[in-house]
Amino acid sequence: MRARLRVNSIACDAHGLCAELLPELIVLDDWGYPIVEPGDVPPELLGLARRAVDVCPTLALLLVQEGE
Amino acid sequence: MSLGASGPQSLPRLLAGLDPTSAAMTLAEHERVHGPLPHPGSAELIEAVEHSGLRGRGGADFPTARKLRSVAERRHAGALIVNGSETEPASSKDRLLLSRLPHLVLDGAVLAAAAIGAPEVIVRVRESATGTLSAVEGAVAVRSTGRLIVRVATAPEGYVSGEETAVIQHLGGSAAKPTFVPPRPYERGYRGRPTLVQNPETLAQIALVARYGAHWYRELGTNADPGSALVTITGAVAAPGVYELAFGTSMIDLLAAAGGSTEPLQALLVGGYFGTWVDSARAFRLRLSREDLRSVGCSLGAGVLIALGESSCGLHESARVIGYLADESAGQCGPCVFGLRAIADAFEGFAQGAGQSGDRDRVLRWTAEVRGRGACNHPDGAARFVESALETFGDEIESHRRERCSAPAAGLPLGGAAHQRHAGALRELRR
Repeated sequence: MRARLRVNSIACDAHGLCAELLPELIVLDDWGYPIVEPGDVPPELLGLARRAVDVCPTLALLLVQEGE
Repeated sequence: MSLGASGPQSLPRLLAGLDPTSAAMTLAEHERVHGPLPHPGSAELIEAVEHSGLRGRGGADFPTARKLRSVAERRHAGALIVNGSETEPASSKDRLLLSRLPHLVLDGAVLAAAAIGAPEVIVRVRESATGTLSAVEGAVAVRSTGRLIVRVATAPEGYVSGEETAVIQHLGGSAAKPTFVPPRPYERGYRGRPTLVQNPETLAQIALVARYGAHWYRELGTNADPGSALVTITGAVAAPGVYELAFGTSMIDLLAAAGGSTEPLQALLVGGYFGTWVDSARAFRLRLSREDLRSVGCSLGAGVLIALGESSCGLHESARVIGYLADESAGQCGPCVFGLRAIADAFEGFAQGAGQSGDRDRVLRWTAEVRGRGACNHPDGAARFVESALETFGDEIESHRRERCSAPAAGLPLGGAAHQRHAGALRELRR
């Protein structure tokens, strides 16, 4: 399954949980907001990516499948 | 489709018959200049627009036929929205069209609405533009549009309020702030239905293409960039204003059309506040073509050209613009609110001679990071502007540190009440 991560920047409140769970793909900027690695999520990280999506308090992190 | 009427042989096209006394052209005068409104079928109109090569004139430069088609094929269109709020401070072309040539714009709106099957046309005019409002309301009142509803809606101030998702929000009763996409308005917009949001100039061009045909449209301009465009030329020129020019015209001729420069120029701002500074040496070698503009990192954008004279200070003017853009953030996305404010503060530091070493690199890191991380293009446009300012005026940061700059303000126009909006934006984001 090909998928990429997207942040709904309006919903995002800089809680930072996503970067904690998935530092390989998400880092925080100077103000605590996520910078997401572009491109497809590597298959071995898909599980963690789904966890990060689930754990976001504001549902701001999205895992978008190819074609969406 | 067209009545075989031959269109204007040269310029002006959009501005043909423009009354020098600034009165709005009446319906009778409009039909005297351009003939009556034609009634092409939907496919016929969209094909003509496609062959003309017309692209949107609101800043995004998107192929118009493709946009028309994407709404038409979804059926059940909700509305055609004439996006006449013109929030780019240095631009006045849309105001000119709506206040003095309202019937040309309304023709295009009615034609496009028919082509996409929309039951309603909504003309958005800035609420503070009272002259334009009455001109448009007057024009709407004298037109018989059958079952098509045509109404005027006022738009609030604010740079981002003209963004197409913000337009949909405002028409739906919410604040005029962009939303996260998808869905885009052409998928789901006004009343949850596919909606076409179009710039007034684009619609005016459609009105001409419907009458005179795609072949006529392409008689001006170049193969790659056909037709004419309205350009607001302002700054250090003798006759600032809105000019209609063919694509492919040289920058030198563009400036000459506006009466020539009033002093030697150091740079041009191409495309408005989301545009790009180009130093005059490079600018004078350019033509109004996508290829030329892209080669220096620009696009025509909202059709704005600002000439910066030698007596002005590029750092100061850029600091004012980025300060304005930071204040104009809708306040919804952290990277935009905090990133643009930090960049603006750093730029104010450069202009005041307080720039620290490393500040420039930090600004460039922020502009690279902020791109694509807002819900709309506001941070991207601001980032592009800032990067071009650093490239064009960056070598003055050092000299400003050594010596206070005494250049007078060039008076680049800014919208009002920006500071109030900024205070509100930060309050919203702070927990």
